[in-house]
Amino acid sequence: MQPRMSVKAGMLSLVLLTLFLAAWHLLVLAQQGPAVEMDPEYAALMGKQATEGASALPKPAEVGAELWRHVTDPFYDAGPNDKGIGIQLAYSLFRVLTGFLLAACVAIPIGFLIGMSPIFRKALDPFIQIMKPVSPLAWMPLALYTIKDSNLSAIFVIFICSVWPMLINTAFGVASVRKEWLNVARTLEVGALRTAFRVVLPAAAPTILTGMRISIGIAWLVIVAAEMLVGGTGIGYFVWNEWNNLSITGVISGIVFIGLVGMLLDMALARASKLVAYAE
Amino acid sequence: MTAPLAKTPKRGEPIGDLMSPAPDTRKKIIQVEGLERRFATPDGKSNTQVFGDVWFSIHEGEFVCLIGHSGCGKTTLLNILAGLDAPTAGGVIVDGKEISGPSLDRSVVFQSHALMPWLSAIKNIAFAVESRWPQWSRKQVLDHCQKYIDLVHLTGSESKKPVQLSGGMKQRVGIARAFSIEPKILLMDEPFSALDALTRGSLQEELLSICAETHQTCFMITHDIDEAILLADKIVLMTNGPEARVCEIVENTLPRERTRQDAYTHPNYYPMRNHLMEFLVSRSKRFSQELSSGSYDPRYPPVVRPTAGPRDAGASKAGEPQPAQDGAKYGDPLR
Ligand SMILES: Nc1ncnc2c1ncn2[C@@H]1O[C@H](COP(=O)(O)OP(=O)(O)OP(=O)(O)O)[C@@H](O)[C@H]1O
Ligand SMILES: [Mg+2]
Repeated sequence: MQPRMSVKAGMLSLVLLTLFLAAWHLLVLAQQGPAVEMDPEYAALMGKQATEGASALPKPAEVGAELWRHVTDPFYDAGPNDKGIGIQLAYSLFRVLTGFLLAACVAIPIGFLIGMSPIFRKALDPFIQIMKPVSPLAWMPLALYTIKDSNLSAIFVIFICSVWPMLINTAFGVASVRKEWLNVARTLEVGALRTAFRVVLPAAAPTILTGMRISIGIAWLVIVAAEMLVGGTGIGYFVWNEWNNLSITGVISGIVFIGLVGMLLDMALARASKLVAYAE
Repeated sequence: MTAPLAKTPKRGEPIGDLMSPAPDTRKKIIQVEGLERRFATPDGKSNTQVFGDVWFSIHEGEFVCLIGHSGCGKTTLLNILAGLDAPTAGGVIVDGKEISGPSLDRSVVFQSHALMPWLSAIKNIAFAVESRWPQWSRKQVLDHCQKYIDLVHLTGSESKKPVQLSGGMKQRVGIARAFSIEPKILLMDEPFSALDALTRGSLQEELLSICAETHQTCFMITHDIDEAILLADKIVLMTNGPEARVCEIVENTLPRERTRQDAYTHPNYYPMRNHLMEFLVSRSKRFSQELSSGSYDPRYPPVVRPTAGPRDAGASKAGEPQPAQDGAKYGDPLR
């Protein structure tokens, strides 16, 4: 039953994709009208769209060719404005993972503290409530001013946006560990550290992993915007650069790669959540 | 906490028994002195007393059962004995020292079994064994755990997670965990309540034989009168809450070496059973009247020894219901 269902779902996905691509192709064709008579100088300024009646949108096949070019040659480096998509993605991934791991190192211990101690929870709550709703990009000018390094600033922005979900989920997971499991540890005279690692951590791990999954999703959203701002390298800069080159095929292939990498990151975290999940 | 550290209270004068046994010379391992527990009411403005003025003691090697209706504070009392909860007044003295927290000497079988769902059955037990003997090797720990898995008839289910076990199997893992650390005192909160009659019977007998062998001191909460008669040397009766009291202490008049078979056929079985049943059915509710009229002293709750009658105790036919000797004739409300 189960395999047949996934085969059917897969086929349906393919049908939907084909329909989408066909609709896209037809739309582009429909937009191609007859060329308009105009002054050649003016025509040179207006570009192909106006002179030849070409659509603003590329055809799916053109995007496909562009994607294929990127996939077959991902790591070429032809100067600061022309690098392979593999290199750009590697820059972005490096920033995201660095910021994310730093955030985990900070958020999980502090989350433990908040979850275990009501006093800390009360004391830190106002800070968290105020900082949490701030768009991570609002930190960018401050980061650029103080850190004076665009790469580190981007990492800082990733750090600040991924810290909150992990912090809040860890605190919640730790605070809601069942009292009876803690009581078992208490009657066995288990020390605080051993209780933290053998009882609280495994009990809260699924909640913590959920927080990490939310964080990495947000981080991947934010890195594109951050790199558009700071420029230089990364997938966000790549998309912005393609836009400046008026290469819509480039922009669309950038979007496709951002989506694919985001999906892979989420899948990795989902796999990790499965490892620590338990049924009650 | 102000524990009234009274001198060892004199044993209450047994009622209804002419052949009073020699006074118990064994050491008192647990002394419960003037214990009271209050909980704040939901609005937080005042509080209600769950139980108060609870005095009783447990001797070394003794098996004590606590019987009372649901919600009278049995689990609360057990948590205080375990050191997981603190009384609002009074104190508990274990081995001559007032307790201030939990200890490996007092092992608990929780009412809700309290297994960790991410650990397999044997790992749940191993967690306790490792805490008790941190210096043991992995193999020593696992061998020890296996012994207790076998004891509760769970051989073959070692590596199952709690979610894959039935309610009764979970309870048995909880029992094995509590036994495995070989504590001085076993505190059990309705350990057999989720078991079928057959498993319950075999575990009760297992428990009986372990206790006979190791002279394990046990304190057990139960709803089951037959279980109490089979297992307990002494049964503490708790009245209905709020403001529950220890109504009286019933000494088991069946011989100490008993099995399920000869317990049912012993002449004192029905007097015991009827007395306990009468308590649960009616006296537990109207104890406050008894309180105001009688000469009840909470420090020395009356000790009762229901027997088939001093003169014809040996002669009465097995299985025949006999009136208890404390003045009243009880019909068995179950029949
Ligand atoms: N943490 C708490 N806060 C407030 N009230 C409580 C708390 N724990 C228990 N109580 C109250 O104390 C009373 C006794 O509870 P307890 O769990 O000890 O009952 P019990 O005798 O073990 O019942 P059962 O046989 O159903 O297990 C109940 O009325 C309960 O509402
Ligand atoms: Mg209870």
